[in-house]
Amino acid sequence: MTLSERTKTILYPLILLVVLIAIWDGAIRFFKVPNYILPTPAAVLEAMHRGYIEGLYWKHFFYTLQSMVSGYLLGCTLAFLLGCLFAESRTCERLLYPYVVALQSMPKVALAPLIIVWFGFDLASKVVMVSLVCFFPMFINTAVGLKQTNPALLDLMRAFSASRLHVLLHIKIPSAAGHIFAGLQIAIVLGLIGAVVAEFVSSTKGLGHLINAAAVNLETNTMFAALFSLAVLGILGSQAIRRLHARVVFWDRGAIAQAPLSE
Amino acid sequence: MNTALLEATDLAVTYASSRGPVVALQGLNARLGAGEFLSVLGPSGCGKSTLLKVVAGLLAPSGGSITLEGAPITGPRRDVGIVFQQPTLLPWQTVLDNVLLPIRTLGMDGVAGRQRALELLELVGLAKFASHYPNELSGGMQQRVGIARGIIHDPKLLLMDEPFAALDAMSREHMMIELQRIWLATKKSVVFITHSIPEAVFLSDRIVVLSERPGRTVREVRVDLPRPRNIDTMASPAFASYANELRAFFSTLGTA
Repeated sequence: MTLSERTKTILYPLILLVVLIAIWDGAIRFFKVPNYILPTPAAVLEAMHRGYIEGLYWKHFFYTLQSMVSGYLLGCTLAFLLGCLFAESRTCERLLYPYVVALQSMPKVALAPLIIVWFGFDLASKVVMVSLVCFFPMFINTAVGLKQTNPALLDLMRAFSASRLHVLLHIKIPSAAGHIFAGLQIAIVLGLIGAVVAEFVSSTKGLGHLINAAAVNLETNTMFAALFSLAVLGILGSQAIRRLHARVVFWDRGAIAQAPLSE
Repeated sequence: MNTALLEATDLAVTYASSRGPVVALQGLNARLGAGEFLSVLGPSGCGKSTLLKVVAGLLAPSGGSITLEGAPITGPRRDVGIVFQQPTLLPWQTVLDNVLLPIRTLGMDGVAGRQRALELLELVGLAKFASHYPNELSGGMQQRVGIARGIIHDPKLLLMDEPFAALDAMSREHMMIELQRIWLATKKSVVFITHSIPEAVFLSDRIVVLSERPGRTVREVRVDLPRPRNIDTMASPAFASYANELRAFFSTLGTA
């Protein structure tokens, strides 16, 4: 019996998952690890059931999803527009470049407490935090991508008297699409980190808050369940961007296949 | 031939590089009559491409003059078409849209342009590929799309910068014959930059030979071979004598 390549890609990680869970469960029984250090797979499953079948976690899940999606869209849109401005205007680049470098080298999560102070304990501060961490990879990738447009193509467009806007929209942005999508891909992973950090600092909702609250009571199974939920969010986000990338940048399939490894 | 379409007189071009100013062209003289096929032949790095950029209005000359229909060239003109060494097609646009690019950038009539684009694709033998994307085409086919794009806006003058240099030997020969056919059908004035002697002899009415950098005109050869030229032309004694003459000339130049 031969399996198709696609089946293998799905089946093999699943086999590994079963093996890992078995080792996990066996190790706990064998070494008699207490539940507050490491929960059994069954306990995590029970927490998952309580969370998503009985529905206790959904509000946390959607809170994080909401701050994630809004912050991501806000941050990436701003970054894209500023990236275009930066790449198009030499003056703008000179003016902003040192500040961009300074801000980029600073760990943005260190700003979380300040952002809570400024934007309150509710959703707004989470959205701001997410958009802040999403901003830089997207901004840099957009600016770099736009500047790497094939010079021969730009000469050609000049020879055909193309307007600057035409060149930006029809030549530079499509040329930079690979870079831009790489930025979007990195931003989605960082954005999730931003959301969780903001929730750690102060929140009454969200998966980050759930982990924090469970830690106080040493409910490791809840923590694991929340961690898995975050992983699912991350995977769904990355996959969505990947699909979008493949659909939009249809002319450069090679780059898409490599995208997840370059993260 | 007193009505030159394009005329370069003592043309000089110096541009700045990281190693200081580079004199690319100096004392270049050439003229092109309407409907004429002129090749600019010279060794690598003799400033041939620089000349093309000047004619295209992408680079300003630093001395001498260059005129198109008697008026100095000060910037890109809409009555000039250009074909580069690489096809430089937009991979995200179909063959038809790529051919239509100048129509869009120059703000010309889209409906008429579309009609003409389809006719040109027919002419370059790619009618069936209008809705394909460039990466589905071979190098020779891509370059033919580039040629169609170069003449879509019906320019008076077509500039070609070693358009077949990136192709393999067999497609190159095929493309030479194709280009002659297209040229005979459209009767454009062409400036064809090349470093290939057979290419220049096969295609040209006249050949201007440039020296090594700084490039200047060192010789001019009129090619009187009957048209249309074909594979047999390339094997003829007349063709060989033109090619040998040029080759001999380059070997004396090369040792200088």
